Amino acid sequence: MSHRVVASMFLAALIAAALLVPAPLAAQTANAVKTWTPPKTADGVPDLQGVYSNATAVPFERPRNLGAKEFYTEEEMAERTKAAAAAAAARANAEADPNIVHYDLGQFGLNQRVTAATNRTSQIVGAEGTMPPLLPAAQARVAAKQAAARGHNFDDAQHRGLSERCIMWGNEGPPMLSPGYNSDLQIVQGPGYVAILQEMIHDTRVVPTDGSAHMPSNVRLWMGDSRGHWEGNTLVVDTTNFTDQTAFRNSSKDLHVIEKFTRTGDNTVLYQFTVEDPSTWAKPWSAEVSWEKINNPIYEYACQEGNYGLANILSGARADEKKASEGGQ
Amino acid sequence: MRNSFNSLLVAALFAALPAAAQQAAPAYRAPRTADGKPNLNGIWQAMNNANWDLEGHAAGMPPKEVWGILGAEFATPPDLGVVEGGPIPYLPAALEKKKQNFASRVKNDPEVKCYMPGVPRANYMPYPFQIVQSTQNIMFVYEYAGAVRVVNMGAPTKAPADSWMGWSNGKWDGESLVIDVTSQMEDTWLDRAGDHHSDALHVTERFTPRSADTLMYEATIEDPKTFSRPWKISMPLYRHVEKNAQLMEFKCVEFAEEVLYGHLRKQPANTGKQ
Repeated sequence: MSHRVVASMFLAALIAAALLVPAPLAAQTANAVKTWTPPKTADGVPDLQGVYSNATAVPFERPRNLGAKEFYTEEEMAERTKAAAAAAAARANAEADPNIVHYDLGQFGLNQRVTAATNRTSQIVGAEGTMPPLLPAAQARVAAKQAAARGHNFDDAQHRGLSERCIMWGNEGPPMLSPGYNSDLQIVQGPGYVAILQEMIHDTRVVPTDGSAHMPSNVRLWMGDSRGHWEGNTLVVDTTNFTDQTAFRNSSKDLHVIEKFTRTGDNTVLYQFTVEDPSTWAKPWSAEVSWEKINNPIYEYACQEGNYGLANILSGARADEKKASEGGQ
Repeated sequence: MRNSFNSLLVAALFAALPAAAQQAAPAYRAPRTADGKPNLNGIWQAMNNANWDLEGHAAGMPPKEVWGILGAEFATPPDLGVVEGGPIPYLPAALEKKKQNFASRVKNDPEVKCYMPGVPRANYMPYPFQIVQSTQNIMFVYEYAGAVRVVNMGAPTKAPADSWMGWSNGKWDGESLVIDVTSQMEDTWLDRAGDHHSDALHVTERFTPRSADTLMYEATIEDPKTFSRPWKISMPLYRHVEKNAQLMEFKCVEFAEEVLYGHLRKQPANTGKQ
């Protein structure tokens, strides 16, 4: 495993565990969606525009001990907020230890994340709160992929992960999830389309809302082909035509994503999605994340341009082999 | 009769105006967006070979590295050039660097590595781009490398940091969208011929509708570390009028990996028995 991946995981875990003090409880439930009328753009459609944070303290899948409990009560949220603040304070103390080496979180503003208020116990909605198990055929597909890569992980760039190669980041989707850091997106609307720019890793989806049909099925895109339409105040986006390498949570090229974007207040968007893939899961499943408007611009994440890591990983592997071969002679 | 009288009157009035004022008279008034601005929304592309060389050039041999491999496919296509008023006014050292860049273009052109192209090059690469026009922001989404920039149409703001696509503040000047672009990385090139700039690059762009399906694109390039004076390129941009026109993905990283990392691939020799 590369340092970069380890670092990313470390960072994501750290943020989830300690940094994201849950925002105070607000009625961020489906009921709230219906009671607020969003402003319209000059073209007369709901105005979703703005820069948003989709950082969240809510785990993707529900912790097992919570069972079917989908929402925390107000009292529980207050307790969690208190516990998270205490953990953050403890971590701040630990930073004084010179033996602990870590990211300077303050430098990147990572200790100032903006999160939307929510009392959800998991991003995945419903009584189960977890992804359905992989179908046997999907398990076999994943196992075959892993077996083919085993022992070749450091052979060449093509054997490294998509994010390490700067092709796409795991959060990008669709569905679009919080990347853990730089969790920012911007929406700009033109007549007949909605453009969504994700800071990680500077990919923009220009979603037509003109009722046009999907591309021919033989044309496959990393991020799929997205088509949108308005249902009341909600933007609904339907995405198909994925590649077989995109693999959202082990999905296949048959992945079908339906996203819903709904303004729920002056500064919030409720982002909901349903995924289905008959080659991977027995039934569709759904999740939602609340976004909070922020006042910062999107920064340019020049991933490929600054990718020293991949060359270093490969040259390190070649150096190891050389050393081993010299040692063996 | 009345029409021709009016035409005569207009002609007479124009003849009485100074030449400069005649040139300034807008030749075309674009359809408006819902908020009353010239409507630049659409998918646009240059139809020239400026990305090969901004200056006029005859057709040329491909780089010697691909002789005998790509044949005529990577030969330089000819172009009369898009630089107004003669050659690019390089300072002597910068001209030397341009020549070195040209000689090493197969290795060093950022386009070969799938790096974001910067401005103005993004606008005349052989890939379409889409203008998503809103009141507060105008987004330029480029097919090549997924490059993107958001033009701020509010009060001008300062770049938080240098970036590959720079920092864009825009304003309307009559029919034209004028964009001030600063804070670009010095690493981008202006074309495949090795034309370059420094971190002092300041680009002033002007997009002016000239018919329903064409825009005039002008860019004034200032960079006192590289050029002896400001200079300008201009070219028309053409709308993609196909019924199903849309940006596709050109995530070119994987196409560049062999160039960047091929020499680091595990060799069978390394895996052999000792």
